[in-house]
Amino acid sequence: MKTIALQQFRHDADIAAADGDRRAFIRTALGGYYGVRGATMASYANYPAARAKAAAIKWDALENLGEHLEAFESKLLDRGVKVHWATDAASARGYVLDILHRREAKLVIKSKTMTSEEIHLNDAMEQAGYDVVESDLGELIVQLNKQAPYHFVFPCMHLKRGEIKSIFDKAYGESGSDDPENLTMIARRVLRQQYLRADVGISGANFGVAETGTISITENEGNSRLTCAMPRVHVVLMGIEKIVPRLADLALLQPMLGTAGTGQLMTCYNSLYLGPKRGGEIDGPEEMHVVLLDNGRTRILADSELRDALRCIRCGACLNVCPIFKNVGGHTYGVTYQGPIGAVIEPHLRTVQEFGHLSAASSLCGACTETCPVKIDIHHHLLRNRKKAAKSKRGERAIFGAFTFLMRRPALLRWVGRAAGVIDRLARPLQGSALDPFKAWRQSRTLPSPAPSSFRDYWKSRGRR
Amino acid sequence: MSDSHAAQDTRGGTGERAAILARVREALTVPTSIHVQRDRHLAYAEHANHAEESDAVGGLLPPVGASLQSRIDRFQERSESLRSNFLTAECTSTAAGVLGRIATDSGWKRVAVHNAPLLDQIAPHLPCDRLQIGENYDREALEQCDAGITVCDALIAQTGSVLLTATSAGGRALSVLPPHHVVIATAAQLLPDLPSAFALLASTYGKSWPSFATIITGPSRTGDIERILVLGAHGPKQLTVILINQNQEQ
Repeated sequence: MKTIALQQFRHDADIAAADGDRRAFIRTALGGYYGVRGATMASYANYPAARAKAAAIKWDALENLGEHLEAFESKLLDRGVKVHWATDAASARGYVLDILHRREAKLVIKSKTMTSEEIHLNDAMEQAGYDVVESDLGELIVQLNKQAPYHFVFPCMHLKRGEIKSIFDKAYGESGSDDPENLTMIARRVLRQQYLRADVGISGANFGVAETGTISITENEGNSRLTCAMPRVHVVLMGIEKIVPRLADLALLQPMLGTAGTGQLMTCYNSLYLGPKRGGEIDGPEEMHVVLLDNGRTRILADSELRDALRCIRCGACLNVCPIFKNVGGHTYGVTYQGPIGAVIEPHLRTVQEFGHLSAASSLCGACTETCPVKIDIHHHLLRNRKKAAKSKRGERAIFGAFTFLMRRPALLRWVGRAAGVIDRLARPLQGSALDPFKAWRQSRTLPSPAPSSFRDYWKSRGRR
Repeated sequence: MSDSHAAQDTRGGTGERAAILARVREALTVPTSIHVQRDRHLAYAEHANHAEESDAVGGLLPPVGASLQSRIDRFQERSESLRSNFLTAECTSTAAGVLGRIATDSGWKRVAVHNAPLLDQIAPHLPCDRLQIGENYDREALEQCDAGITVCDALIAQTGSVLLTATSAGGRALSVLPPHHVVIATAAQLLPDLPSAFALLASTYGKSWPSFATIITGPSRTGDIERILVLGAHGPKQLTVILINQNQEQ
């Protein structure tokens, strides 16, 4: 069955894969990443062991997730943080809209949070009449361009400087040179006033520490720090799988996230948020909320193999090394979390019927598994998703049924092999015409002709010599 | 303002909280599949071979020498690659002189400072106006300042980072809103690595946490446009760390 999502995927993949110029641009943009990341990994005393330890920490977190979530909540409540448990996207959106309404907010400033993309929070807030500004440079650019993020760590990596300049020209008036420095400074100037004016700041969370009730946010620009410092209300959106057991775990996970994500040993700001402004402190929000989102995650947890994928720390490394991502691009996936890890979890966060095809968008080369800083067996899960999907495919079953039939009958196989060569020669004039069953295949590839003689015949003639 | 249903204490509550926790517990009654568990055992085994204690991550991250000088060297090396400005001074008055020259060279008109004994020995000697940040400070005025000067909880040699909190360093905004952040630290504050920084946080604040802490590693940056590095995306364009090392050998 071809779902709408699959048809869209094929359509977008064709266009993206044919755009050689853009593909070369993406490859160049990622080129620097490989070098920097390699050097940083090499500076670790023992990177393979660090990776194993990071994997083990995330394992501990999942195996006792219930206890950790309760401990986490309890610590937050003790410090006056309000905690909302949201089973689905609608519940999380409703809670945030309630806060905005109660605080009579006008302007909402956001630092990068993929969880908010997942629950379509911006649409909901805009429809309710609030002004919403993304503060991360990449997110701001795709927001102005009315696009979804292309990559969940590098949201606008598909856009060239000239394109970004015209986006800024349209939004803010003539922006001058298309130099990245100039464009960045324009965003800096524009957003400065927004931090001071915004009523509510919304952020995500990279880690939630159960032991101390601490939100950890990893960033480079300082936009998240400003989003969580200036407005009177701070709302954190966090998937329940972001829990880690101990504060000390961050000493490893923060550098691992930086290293795998961008090649930095530590990103510029790794900040800890523990509550609203306390007595004796001179600034910070009056109110802090944490929304704990399920939205399909417990479904993944219930699968004794797939729960492995909930260890993901969203570093984006698997996208950066994926040959499919580099060829079809981030938008083609049509989901919040692109690339190999997205292809593993999105069919389960949404529906396998609609998004099962994403697991086929892989060459199974295993580069994702090899690069994952928490050792998720990504390509194993892709293969397993595929296996599940194949059971329900009638066409594929018929083809393999015929193949099995043939392979069990050597005489028939020999005959079919000889016939194939003859048919191929006779049918040559029909190639590419409407009668050609391989027409679609030949549009972008060549179909090799059958060999003039079979291996069996070759072996026989060789034996006689 | 906070009397709405949104502000309820959900401890022991029902509804979505109970539903999610029940689903989590139900899901985990099925043991994790052998296939993916194998990785887990591998994870522990590999780790056990390399680290002395099962909880230590110290032996995994980039190594740092034990002596103060090797910490200083590592911090210097990291500062260079991060494009932070790392300077040392023998005492507070030389630090004031060093910072005074930066103020003059950069044409600072006004700097923001918070209440800290170490800053009281330095800031009054600067050749520019001062904005003292305290309760109900003027946010617009802080945004207009040329620099924010703070102390910190620690420096981290391994990563070239500064650890500070809302309590120690004048709240959340002072170290991120002005275009230049200056940190004054003492040699005793220079820790070897990240694990020791988290241990310090826990021992200092374990009983009463500030609402905010951050590990700052270089000036604010972005690579969002064509993956090209630009400093000063939203936070400070420059980070200067002045280390007061009274036992400095000449």
